[in-house]
Amino acid sequence: MEQLLPIFIFIPLIGFVISFFFSSRNERLISVTAYTMVGIQLSSLIVYTFYWIFQNFPILDLKHLVFYHEENIEIFLDFYFDKTTAAFSILGAFITFLVLVFSKYYLHRDEGYKRFFNTVLLFYFAYNLTVFSGNFETLFIGWEFLGITSFLLVAFYRDRYLPVKNALKTISLYRLGDICLILALWTSHHIWHKNITFVQLDDVQLVAAHINENFYSVLFLISMVITAAAIKSAQFPFSSWLPRAMEGPTTSSAVFYGSLSVHLGVFLLLRTFHYWESILTIKLLVIIIGTSTAIIASLIARVQSTVKTQIAYAAIAQIGLMFIEVAMGWHVLALIHLCGNALLRTYQLLVSPSVLGYMIHDQFFNYSPKVYKITNSLANKLSNSIYTLSIKEWNLDSLLKKTIWNPFKIVGKSLKIFSSAYGITSLIILFLVGLCFFIFEKQIPVMLDKYLHLFYAFIGMIIILIAFAEKKNALYAWLLIILSQSYIVLAIALMNDKYEYMEILIYVASLAAAATIGIVILLRLKKLESTIDLNDFYGHAYLYPKLAFWFLISCLAFVGLPFTPSFIGVDLMFSHIDHDEYLLTFFTSISFLVLELSVLRIYSRLFLGPSKKQTHPIAYRSS
Amino acid sequence: MFPKHENETVMQNKSTHSLTKGVDTFNEADLIASLKHYLPTQTPLKDFIHHNSLHAFQDMKFYDAIFKSSKIFGHQATLPLCDFRKLYQVGRIDEAILGKVIRERKGEESVLKWKEKVLKHPYDEHNEQRIGKLRAHWKKLFQIDLDNLVQPLLFRLLSNYLDQGVSIWEFPIGNLGFLESIKELEKNSFSSLFRKERAKALLFKKDLSITDLLQIVVGKETYYNQYIFDQQFAHKGWSGMVATIESQPNSLLSTKKISLHDLIILELLFEIDNLDNLLGSNWSALTNHITESPIHLFNDVAEEELYEVLKIWQDSFEWSYYDEILAGIQKLNQLKKLNPVLTEPKEKDSFQALFCIDERECSLRTHLENLEKKAETFGCPGFFGVEFYFQAEHAKFYDKLCPAPVTPKYLIKEFDVSEKRKHDLFYTDKTHQFVTGFLSALTFGFWAGFRLIQNLFKPRMSPAISNAFAHMNEQGKLTIENKSITDIENGLQIGFTIEEMILRVEALLNGIGLTKIFSPIIYVVAHGSSSANNPHHGAHDCGACSGRPGSVNSRVFSSMANHVEVRKSLKQKGIDIPESTQFVGALHDTAADEIEYYDTELLNTENAKSHKIHVQTFENALDLNAKERSRRFASIDTKMDIKKIRKAIKERSVSLFEPRPELGHGTNTLCIVGNRDMTKGIFLDRRAFLNSYDFKSDLEGNFLTGVMKPLGPVCGGINLEYYFSRVDNYKLGAGTKLPHNVVGLIGVANSSDGDLRPGLPWQMIEVHDPLRLLIIVEHFPQVILNSIQSTPEMYEWFINEWVHLISVHPETNELSYFKGGVFIPYQTRAKEIHFFKDVHSLLEDAKEMETNHITHATQENLPVYLYN
Repeated sequence: MEQLLPIFIFIPLIGFVISFFFSSRNERLISVTAYTMVGIQLSSLIVYTFYWIFQNFPILDLKHLVFYHEENIEIFLDFYFDKTTAAFSILGAFITFLVLVFSKYYLHRDEGYKRFFNTVLLFYFAYNLTVFSGNFETLFIGWEFLGITSFLLVAFYRDRYLPVKNALKTISLYRLGDICLILALWTSHHIWHKNITFVQLDDVQLVAAHINENFYSVLFLISMVITAAAIKSAQFPFSSWLPRAMEGPTTSSAVFYGSLSVHLGVFLLLRTFHYWESILTIKLLVIIIGTSTAIIASLIARVQSTVKTQIAYAAIAQIGLMFIEVAMGWHVLALIHLCGNALLRTYQLLVSPSVLGYMIHDQFFNYSPKVYKITNSLANKLSNSIYTLSIKEWNLDSLLKKTIWNPFKIVGKSLKIFSSAYGITSLIILFLVGLCFFIFEKQIPVMLDKYLHLFYAFIGMIIILIAFAEKKNALYAWLLIILSQSYIVLAIALMNDKYEYMEILIYVASLAAAATIGIVILLRLKKLESTIDLNDFYGHAYLYPKLAFWFLISCLAFVGLPFTPSFIGVDLMFSHIDHDEYLLTFFTSISFLVLELSVLRIYSRLFLGPSKKQTHPIAYRSS
Repeated sequence: MFPKHENETVMQNKSTHSLTKGVDTFNEADLIASLKHYLPTQTPLKDFIHHNSLHAFQDMKFYDAIFKSSKIFGHQATLPLCDFRKLYQVGRIDEAILGKVIRERKGEESVLKWKEKVLKHPYDEHNEQRIGKLRAHWKKLFQIDLDNLVQPLLFRLLSNYLDQGVSIWEFPIGNLGFLESIKELEKNSFSSLFRKERAKALLFKKDLSITDLLQIVVGKETYYNQYIFDQQFAHKGWSGMVATIESQPNSLLSTKKISLHDLIILELLFEIDNLDNLLGSNWSALTNHITESPIHLFNDVAEEELYEVLKIWQDSFEWSYYDEILAGIQKLNQLKKLNPVLTEPKEKDSFQALFCIDERECSLRTHLENLEKKAETFGCPGFFGVEFYFQAEHAKFYDKLCPAPVTPKYLIKEFDVSEKRKHDLFYTDKTHQFVTGFLSALTFGFWAGFRLIQNLFKPRMSPAISNAFAHMNEQGKLTIENKSITDIENGLQIGFTIEEMILRVEALLNGIGLTKIFSPIIYVVAHGSSSANNPHHGAHDCGACSGRPGSVNSRVFSSMANHVEVRKSLKQKGIDIPESTQFVGALHDTAADEIEYYDTELLNTENAKSHKIHVQTFENALDLNAKERSRRFASIDTKMDIKKIRKAIKERSVSLFEPRPELGHGTNTLCIVGNRDMTKGIFLDRRAFLNSYDFKSDLEGNFLTGVMKPLGPVCGGINLEYYFSRVDNYKLGAGTKLPHNVVGLIGVANSSDGDLRPGLPWQMIEVHDPLRLLIIVEHFPQVILNSIQSTPEMYEWFINEWVHLISVHPETNELSYFKGGVFIPYQTRAKEIHFFKDVHSLLEDAKEMETNHITHATQENLPVYLYN
């Protein structure tokens, strides 16, 4: 029966692909296809699950599509089915189905009707890929798509400033989570010397043996997984993005941030539980994250005076409790809790506009004025302090900004001298020198060979930071990004002698294609608009929607999203980094982290936000 | 019924003289007065009162005002040029009318030249606004985005302080003024809202003034006004809300003492704090770094050729429709002259019905009259001339049930209500707390799933839906008659004395000309609207009842008119209502298309019998009304069985997923004051406010003034709010309602950090053609002129062209148009008039609109049809 598992990936995928071909004016066709596909998925899942229950809950695993194969690296899709998958997949199908039916009417005549259904179907595909995944690779593909669909739905109203700003905020953190997963993947490759599947992780003895052997590596791997889970589920200290992500139509907020997407952190914990159930430190870590989130998010929820943010923080607090439940091993409770919470928050978000009428009416009959007493007591002072802190969301937002993003900006800004024609030329020359080293690798001294790749990886990282801070010229930023990528590839090539040209070709070719499309579009835009600086959001998508679309595609291709060959490239890059190359890993992961943010930043600043051409109604910046 | 609000407008305009004249000296009080004048005046959303979005410019001519305001604040003033041109191409703007407008504006000799400009010349429509220029320097010179740094926390503090019941933990100090509360909170806390010491210390400085802070932030005095305008208009939603609550504290249930002054002080303090944080303590005031001289925001705007072109287009767009309706009226009158049977007084032995002037009742009246030829309908403002506060049983507050500017002295209390209000557990804040949240996730969570299925596939009324019929309990009783003058509660007299009743009933009947022939039953039909998931539901209720259903008014008025003593006295005054005639109150739900009748047990046997028959007539008319409305709803097929359409319409009003339960006042364009006979038989497409008025009983125009006075603020207000929300839904409207987030039960914002969004959401205005209101009055021009000139506030609406005015001469049927203080003759263009016989086939030809672009969105506006 595991042979049937891919169906549950294909149905949503087919739905997504079909929905792409309808005319954006044909609302009925778009919406009916969308919810029919999800409806089919829901009913087949229910039938499948009943049959599976009848078979006495076997754990199913299917090795499906092999992407890439060489000596000790094999990248393949793997599907898996157990209680957790059953619960998540049925919950997901149920909520998505209902919300799509809801949206059919709710989004009627919205300009982005088709875009909305496309994106939700893509999200639904990614969701299924994630919950059915049987190994880290498959999970990672799903995870990345979830991130990008989130970006697209938060920035759904792309002609306003706040949605775009908050979409960038969301994707930045998601990207951090992605990098954590990449690092986990990398560690896993080196611990197991192969691509481990989740079924193999269920083998308690095997896992125990490996933990003993590579304790610190496993510790690192698990911490990365838990960080990724905490980010996705908006746990402490990553909570502040969630209320800000509620920028799209109420229905998409309900699916994403009220229910499905935000609960996937719990899924990740459940899925990897066997890996860390014996490690007390990790268990404690999860419990600490869960507890602190539950407390702080509850406090923040109490002081929220807007309906959606209150629901967001209340949901986060409950997910904190689920983290604890998972760590304690109460998995059935966690699953029930999770389904209940997801349904409750979905419903509450969907009806959130009616809170105004209901509560005012309620107050009308039940209001009693509050009696305020001002005292100087310590208790009062403490309570005020907590109130003030909670209003400021415990400074979580500025804390993240200060600790994670600002250092990057500072480094980038201090080196902005390179962001000029001269700077770029010299960087190209330096790159060519490196290329020579690579071609004549045998002739270079061993001492140099040992550190050369580190040098290039380091420069690659620095370059991407410069690109990240670049404000004056989008083209320079884009060129710097390309350079940075070339440096990273070169560094890995320099380090690894077992390199096969085929791999380089896959990666470099797709990068080059994406890079060229990007350059062409930027040059075209420059011709049309004369300036392409990045000082503000320019909203050119209003005038040039086609340029915007293709630039987005080239950005995604460039960062190696799963539908592009460069995705395999990224994965390969990391599998080629040796186990002891900590510095190289560090440089490379920072580069990959900042890379996606830099390209999306260029895209957002040029194409999203309120248009500067005030020939038509333009949104206020504060909206 | 004096439009008090407009009075304030005029006064404030005078007080802002120093600003509008561009005087550079700074005066705090002047600045605040001027800000309040220009900020939006929308109250918290529980009450929704339509008003002119550009009320601040009402002392100017319409076109001067909109272009000036657009230059200052950067919004669009009309539809974009390309839309007008498209409307012309599809024939919605008439070529001959366009020619006529050009001729009148530019003279015969330049018609060709201007036609070329209007139709083809490319213009740069980019509109560079004046506001925001000075404060933009923080970003330009220092790369500091103050709005991003200050606004989120500022909005949070404002919404938490003003919150009416969303947050679980209320603002710790709510009994002091806003700034005092912040001080108190800062004083008694270990954590601070500020990052650095200086701003915090300034907060506690004695007699801290805005000027002190501006000295630090801005520097040179000549820039102060501009800076504060820039700052406050960067979040005009919140600033407007604060200003409104300051002047009308009772617009909140849980009242708060807030002022614009406090807001400005706190915002400046936060700016200092953030600048200190980013630049250290060594930064100097902004104007030390800039060389541009200050901009006087309100200086005159230079004429542009584009403005002329847009004026021509707007006029042509308006008159293309107006001309059609005026031709229709003339044609109808000609027909009536040829065929006098049409105008002979018929026996009104069926029923008469009073409706609100609201244009949503226009269609229902037409259908009623067609179904029952012996019936007669009237229109008057939907509070039926009885103004009072209403207290539902067990309610802690009063509802004002009369037009917003009126302050009633009376209180009507409900008693003997047996039904209990139902609750909905999903709205309890317990679900958002730690332990109870856990328990509710485990229990309600799964129930929520079932509820959602039910809501999607079988929507029905629930406690969470704003139900128009729940405003007053049908079975409850009301304290209509005052027992003794000393019966007073909170300064309000409970009930009306007989004399007060007589006065009101007499005034209303005289006003609408219902003084001679009375049917056995006279229905008094108020209206309200039910809708689900709609924070703007108040905007769909009766405007004449301060945005609430008018059920109590209809009941109170009917009871007064049925009172024996009142009848006696009216008889003496010449209004002889037969004893057998009974008034029956009723409420029409304009979203669900249902009617509830009140106190029908009081009907005599004969009337009770005929009431049953009339109810059926009303039902049939409601069916047709639903069918007419369904033309504009894509989800309903107009050709379906009429009962199915009716059911679908009802379901809309209780569906959570339906952002357009009804289309409100969308498409409103006309206001007709006169005998119903003047327009009876014209298919008005739900676009006309219909105010009954009989010139014959008022040759001097004594009642006319009373009738005309509210038309500007009420109908004109509605029309202009729709106009401006339509032409710039981002800056003057609320944008699409799909991402709206309810803030503190007082307003809506986008996302967590966004500004409040006053104005109308996109879903309400998308089918609206932005045309000004055309008021058509059946009376002698001179009488109308005297009447509109009776108060300057009223005259302002007409002389400044915020509404158009046409007089229909009662004897000659000649039309004359009011312009520049006089009435000038108006000739309609002889044009084909459409006739129709079968209302069903007329309604069924609607096509689904392709997009919501103007050429598609309002293509279903029907031309003027005459019944044949």
